[in-house]
Amino acid sequence: MAPENTPPNSRAAAPTAPRSASRARRVYMVTGGVTKFAKAHPAMDFRLMVKRAYNQALTEVPNLTREMIDGTRVSYFSDHFSRQLKAASMVHDYLGMNPKGSVRIEWGGATGGECFQAAYEAVASGRMDVCLAAGYETMSRVATWKGNEFIALASDTNYDFPLGGFYTGYYALMVQRHIYEYLRRRKFAHISDEREAQRLATEEGSRVMSWVSVKNHLNALHNPYAQYPKRLSVEDVLNSDMISYPITREQICTMSDGAAVVVLCSEERARELTDKPILVKGVGCGTDTMRLADRPFGSVPLLPHEKAGDYADLAYPGVHSFRAGRAAGREAYRHAGIENPTRELDFVELHDAYASSEIQTYEDLGLCRYGEGYDYVLRGDPFLKQVDYPFDLPRAGAMPVNPSGGLIACGHPVGATGLMQAVFAFWQLQGTIAEHFGDATLQLDHPKRGAIHSHAGTGSAVTVSILERGFP
Amino acid sequence: MRAPPKTFEEFRQVQAELERSGAAIFRDKDGFEALVIKSPYSIQYIHSYAEDTPFFLGLAEGKLQGSKCSGCGFVYATPRSHCMVCGEPTRWTELPRTGTVHSWTTCRFGSEAFLKETPYNLCLVEFEGAQSLLLARLKECTESEIYIGMPVEARFDPNPKYSITDVWFVPAGKRPPTSSPAPPRRSRSASRRAPPTPRNPRLRKPARAAGGTRRKGGARRADRSR
Ligand SMILES: [Zn+2]
Repeated sequence: MAPENTPPNSRAAAPTAPRSASRARRVYMVTGGVTKFAKAHPAMDFRLMVKRAYNQALTEVPNLTREMIDGTRVSYFSDHFSRQLKAASMVHDYLGMNPKGSVRIEWGGATGGECFQAAYEAVASGRMDVCLAAGYETMSRVATWKGNEFIALASDTNYDFPLGGFYTGYYALMVQRHIYEYLRRRKFAHISDEREAQRLATEEGSRVMSWVSVKNHLNALHNPYAQYPKRLSVEDVLNSDMISYPITREQICTMSDGAAVVVLCSEERARELTDKPILVKGVGCGTDTMRLADRPFGSVPLLPHEKAGDYADLAYPGVHSFRAGRAAGREAYRHAGIENPTRELDFVELHDAYASSEIQTYEDLGLCRYGEGYDYVLRGDPFLKQVDYPFDLPRAGAMPVNPSGGLIACGHPVGATGLMQAVFAFWQLQGTIAEHFGDATLQLDHPKRGAIHSHAGTGSAVTVSILERGFP
Repeated sequence: MRAPPKTFEEFRQVQAELERSGAAIFRDKDGFEALVIKSPYSIQYIHSYAEDTPFFLGLAEGKLQGSKCSGCGFVYATPRSHCMVCGEPTRWTELPRTGTVHSWTTCRFGSEAFLKETPYNLCLVEFEGAQSLLLARLKECTESEIYIGMPVEARFDPNPKYSITDVWFVPAGKRPPTSSPAPPRRSRSASRRAPPTPRNPRLRKPARAAGGTRRKGGARRADRSR
């Protein structure tokens, strides 16, 4: 997308016609599986972890056999964590899939989301009738700070990494500017002492980020797959270690070991396999510059329910917003025929590697306007009605975001994460949360449509996929 | 014959035992036992700066260079040898020594390679006349002093390492700590108190207001894609 303000906006304002849907075959998700995410699973290597998730997926759909699977798409993020090149081949091999077709998918933090879409494409194109998407990460094999170094190698090694390559630092730079644009220049615009105004704005931003952390950790208390379910207060979050100002430890996801699989198939196969298929209604992907420093200052690519006048003075995306997330959302909504996500989605599982990026992502996905993310949290929209939070939330349940607990509470074994979101969303839409979690609390009331969102380093790539109940 | 490794049920204990003896047995909740060993993994990588070479040689001479597109005129504070807007080659252009803080953070933790340097400040710097930013360390100031819009100026390592860390920024007008304190420059200290005025309008406003060069670039790009 060019930084100019003309073509993308004018296209967005036009009626949305499904662009790729016409020629693509309809693709359904019929089952999924996920291991519990944990700090370390030293008793399982990556192959066995995937095999366990795969066994769960196949057990749940008795008519599905290995012979029916036409091929695989396998994702893991880092060869450094595996210290095993061609590890995806070894997963495919371990599952007994040879000599069927396979390819490894890697796209930073969005690896799992990309893997889901690669499997979608294999089926939509007619190349396969049944495709297995499998992902994993084994991050416990190196010490935490070494792991951070490996992750930071996914930033420019000429200009970014040597300065102290550290992803939390990069996200802190982004949220500081987000706070400046939307809290300092709005809520605290009346304060003339610049340092004081910025201090107050950051304090407010940190408080709201803590609400997000409290929400996701509390949701996860009802999700047995989550790595860190817990009851936290805002003070607990704010008083946890300051990692990169203003982001604290409890506002960040952790490193994990884990695996997840998804089985996608054609409509015909879906009807044979299950009476509760879930339709992949739309897919989208967007990208942005690897270096934060290169992000342009243009205007906002609009969603159908937005107007150019909403953002007259906004230099976009700068480092405060994720243009890749906006582009991915636009493509997925257009593909799915969604005009207004606030009305046409029932929940979102999004990539909250940082509490800050959850707030930024509400805006990218058009759940609220750019600049409204903080108020959106305080009003309660992304909270669940049925969970008891220590807040007064007049709009709780309006748009449940990360009902599963998200990355912050479930963990983030990178290559598995985007597929884990698909599995949780699948169970939500099937109405089978109670049987999978042994606890019905997180089950939403007959959700029809949900979005999953996977995000790579500093927003350099984002995928959005729309899932819809495919049965009465 | 070697005695069998010790068995542990906590991963943390396994990690500690690996430091001691290089091998341990991890027993999980189901009673499954896994042999875990320590395995060194290090390399010396041969890194070429390739087309970015003049930037790093420039730092060693105390010169901060961006790049300017020969097609559309876009000025990159972090150089690229080809323009991302129009695809034309860029040429080197010297950046001002002073800029303003576009965003910042203080890292109290970091990757293993940088843990010993914590806490350190990172900032994205805006320059007059450039349409993109530069990421750098911000030194000689503490968390409570830094704010968005703060004027900063470049410092260069007298013993260059041929790394982006050869340049860093300090609050503008700040004397090197070794020299005797000079009276603060009036204009600078005044601008610190005032709300940060948009020194570089191109970074604050939509492209519509950013002048002809970018729109021209966009048009060129559109032509090419047809
Ligand atoms: Zn150009």
